[in-house]
Amino acid sequence: MIDSFAWLVPLPVVLPLIGAGLTLIGSRDDRFQRVVSLTVLGLVLAASAAMLVLSHTRGTLAVAVGGWPPPMGIALVVDRLSALMLVTSTLVTAGVVLYAIGQGRSSDDETDAGSPLPIFHPTLMVLIAGVSTTFVSGDLFHVYVGFEMLLVASFVLLTLGGSVDRVRAGVNYVFVSLLSSLVFLLAIALVYAATGTVTLAHLAGRLDALPEGTRTTLHLLLLLGFAIKAAVFPMSGWLPDSYPTAPAPVTAVFAGLLTKVGVYAIIRTQTLLFPGDRLDTLLMIAAAATMVVGILGAIAQDDIKRMLSFTLVSHIGYMLFGVATHTQIGLSAALFYTIHHIVVQTTLFLVTGLVEWRGGSTSLSELGGLARTAPVIAVLFFVPAMNLAGIPPFSGFLGKVGLMQAGVEVGSPVAYTLVGVSALTSLLTLYAISRVWGRAFWRRPVSAPGALERVLGSGASAGGGVGDAPGIGAAPTPRVTGEDDQPTGAIDTGVDDLSLRTVPRGMIAPAALLVVVSVALTLVAGPLYEVTDAAAASLWERTPYVDTVLQLERAGVVAP
Amino acid sequence: MILPLTIGVLVTAGVYLLTRRSMVRAVFGIGLLSHAANLLILTAGVTSFREEPIAGRVDPALAADPLPQAFVLTAIVITLAVMVLMLTMAVIGHDDDLRRAPEVGETPDS
Repeated sequence: MIDSFAWLVPLPVVLPLIGAGLTLIGSRDDRFQRVVSLTVLGLVLAASAAMLVLSHTRGTLAVAVGGWPPPMGIALVVDRLSALMLVTSTLVTAGVVLYAIGQGRSSDDETDAGSPLPIFHPTLMVLIAGVSTTFVSGDLFHVYVGFEMLLVASFVLLTLGGSVDRVRAGVNYVFVSLLSSLVFLLAIALVYAATGTVTLAHLAGRLDALPEGTRTTLHLLLLLGFAIKAAVFPMSGWLPDSYPTAPAPVTAVFAGLLTKVGVYAIIRTQTLLFPGDRLDTLLMIAAAATMVVGILGAIAQDDIKRMLSFTLVSHIGYMLFGVATHTQIGLSAALFYTIHHIVVQTTLFLVTGLVEWRGGSTSLSELGGLARTAPVIAVLFFVPAMNLAGIPPFSGFLGKVGLMQAGVEVGSPVAYTLVGVSALTSLLTLYAISRVWGRAFWRRPVSAPGALERVLGSGASAGGGVGDAPGIGAAPTPRVTGEDDQPTGAIDTGVDDLSLRTVPRGMIAPAALLVVVSVALTLVAGPLYEVTDAAAASLWERTPYVDTVLQLERAGVVAP
Repeated sequence: MILPLTIGVLVTAGVYLLTRRSMVRAVFGIGLLSHAANLLILTAGVTSFREEPIAGRVDPALAADPLPQAFVLTAIVITLAVMVLMLTMAVIGHDDDLRRAPEVGETPDS
């Protein structure tokens, strides 16, 4: 449906880019950057929310960029799926930006690992623009450009400060991302060669007409490219190695958004481009493997951030499961679960940042007694953690029930296995979470000289505790990634000094806000499921999306 | 036939370089692979020489397909930017080049 509200569609891309320019120009002024970032995110959130309402009540929105209709130009399309993803991602990012602002500049040293480096805000804005681009784009090549935007921004964010640890983690990430982009680019070339178009709406019809072998090849290539980005099992090894080294706000944004962009692309591929069920069994097997391998990795971790990274991988399997069931109820549950997971995983990473700030470490062997010394953080961790594990009545439980229902409805042996595997994964998640809870929060405080030294050594800065800035190169390099993290210098001091560290309210409030949002998902689960049901129905139907673009094409006037 | 062969050689060399331990070589590997991808996109259009695709000046039947060229242009720019970034990382993280930084303890002297 083309109507007077189509001008809203480009806003989620344009506004962050303007914001990026402004924050870059005003990079000397902290306050200016903050105001611009928050204003932009607020406006994008409002636009996205408006588009969610419009796309739900009045139908898909579309606009031709620059007045060039689709065969020549690029169409931006927002249907319920896009709008849902936009709203969720913007909301979560706003929370993270507030958190980063609350964290403040952790020391005067600008190379310090604290988040509000001058380039943090502009880069984050570009990242948001890239994420939004992939969500609203109706053109396969434009999706690739969106991917590249968010990837390049993420490269910079991941290596903030340029310390050896981060660059090493960043190198892996960069290579894997680039390879996945290359696969995607190859797929685009072949798709164009086979069909003569890259407009998604046109592809929907033309791909159906291709010979079986060609179509499956294209399908597999696209899925491969997206699956690497989404960290689906055989291609998931890069994620837990690259995410945990970054500052807490960065990891939180990555965990919430980047893999979900891959999931979004997979959903589009499966519904709009290749609606047949040829590869569903393959996807189900990949989903099961992702869940199991991810969660087994999570159990073995000593570091909370690494543990969370593995649960992130594991739970991607749930979303894949929902898509692979090829039913409306399954896809609807997958969408619900994606939204739930974006919020919860981001929240957990932010709270882990609080833990690190408070306890000076994220290693389970060094933490202890936080439930008594920091009850607020304990509550903030407990609620989303239980939500992640899928304890009723939280939204994680509702999502999982929907997925299992879909699995039972399919009724094939693989689907039943997958239902069992997802239940098992849920229990193992609970185990991994309770392990963290038991050691970091309930245990008696341990004397942790390593942690203390880490805090003191980095000039009590610990911007997210990582504090391995080049400026303090003489201090023992704090390592947050290793499981073999032994306290090196045994200073004989108690933990009293550590317990004096208070967490700024500006960090707790945004984390608490996101916790509230994650709980609120449970309360609005009914209406939300209504929207995702409708979204899933129109996704399988395909015509609302395709018709909107074709209508745009007919109505479109080529610009002079 | 020349184009597919070139693509094949580029991919082979790119994959070989990617498996090297040195970061700079791996970056070059990525570069070669992306060239291969670009050539592949070009083959998606017509590869023989055609007129420039400008509306109103050239008969569309004789004009080249502008879309693959636009794709390649975009892809080249992106690849260039990313390669510069990666080479920078190769310089910053030069400990990662061929040598492995020690797991525990001090950072190796630069």
